[in-house]
Amino acid sequence: MTPSVPVVELRGVGLRVGTTTILRSVDLVVDPGQAVGLFGANGAGKTTLLRILGTLTRPSEGLARVLGVDLTTTDRYDLRPRIGLVGHTPALYPELTLRENLAFAAEVMGVERGRVDEVLSMVGLAGAAERSAGACSHGMQRRAEFARELMVERDLLLLDEPHSALDRDAVDLVEGLVARTLGRGGAAVLVSHDRDRVAKMADRCVELEAGVLR
Amino acid sequence: MSGIRRQALAVARRDLARERRRGEVLWVTIPFGVIALLLVPLAIGTDQATLHRVGPGLYWVVVLLFGVLVGVRGAADETGPQRDAAALLGLDPVAVFAGRTIATSSLLVLFEIVVGVAAVAFYDIDLIGVGWLVVVVLLVAAGLGTLATLASSIVAAGAGAAALVPLLVAPLAIPLLLGATQSLDGLRQGRSILSWILLMIVVVLVLGIVGVVSSGPLQESR
Repeated sequence: MTPSVPVVELRGVGLRVGTTTILRSVDLVVDPGQAVGLFGANGAGKTTLLRILGTLTRPSEGLARVLGVDLTTTDRYDLRPRIGLVGHTPALYPELTLRENLAFAAEVMGVERGRVDEVLSMVGLAGAAERSAGACSHGMQRRAEFARELMVERDLLLLDEPHSALDRDAVDLVEGLVARTLGRGGAAVLVSHDRDRVAKMADRCVELEAGVLR
Repeated sequence: MSGIRRQALAVARRDLARERRRGEVLWVTIPFGVIALLLVPLAIGTDQATLHRVGPGLYWVVVLLFGVLVGVRGAADETGPQRDAAALLGLDPVAVFAGRTIATSSLLVLFEIVVGVAAVAFYDIDLIGVGWLVVVVLLVAAGLGTLATLASSIVAAGAGAAALVPLLVAPLAIPLLLGATQSLDGLRQGRSILSWILLMIVVVLVLGIVGVVSSGPLQESR
């Protein structure tokens, strides 16, 4: 990664769906090694902003760059393996075991299979590796998703409600994951309603109000 | 192994593992296919000569209708967060299309074999030219699997698209239905079926190319 290039650079970014404006003139720059906390009421546009940063939603106006790549071009596909997103809704396949879920991710990303058991142990799920994801608690599923992020080194971490449904050990794990990413010159955007906890992890905090960043 | 090939195999294995746990094809779709074949004699009568004549055609109609159902249902159960997480693994849309097609086609081969055994039993269908029959079964599975995957990608792409699926599937399935029925007929009468085999190969290739080319734009339009 080029040190001078911001990890996130949004200037005048807006998103309109039909006649509804979701985001309006959002300016946000996140430099390497920085974590930004993003707050806002329900429906303020926090998750949509995360989706834009994750290249999953294309903004309808403004300049949007992640790791120097314009998010309105098809070059953004190449960025995806460098971006980690853990949403508040589990994205595991409920029929598959935790090990199978992570093995699928490992195979797609070209990561060695042995790494799956390593990261399951790191998040305290070694004993539940053969349990189907659908039979696991919400907290266990979130741990497994963080384990997926531990398998590779991401340059941008996008975490939606990173403390939700997690016990103290798992919170330490998330904080360690963020610290590791920042230490490597990456960046993190943390969306949360838990201002106190996120404020401790973030270098600065911003607030979205009805699609406008304050 | 190339990235796309590795990813396609991972997607195929994932889809087959999910299906194995759910058992929808094995315990719901296949029994319904067999029941559909069983119901026809109740509607048209049990005259053995008539059943023997219409049996192969009915078998392929059942395979086509239920086959598309197998493929379209497969994609419908993937949630938005699951699709997002898969995309951020760097999963290539072409690999998703190829992997899903491999999984759906494999399930369709199973469907064709089990329902085929029932069709032979109910309609006394002659099994002539087993080697060619295997080729026809595989081509129909590949064609339908590709068509169903393409249709399910369109459904997943967005609002109102589901209504287009019958309009898309029906005309594209006709050459497969025609090729399959005429091949069986040709084998029974000792005619060459090469032209029908060729037709099915062309359909499979065209659907495959359309699926590969449209996989990226369809994924991005979600």
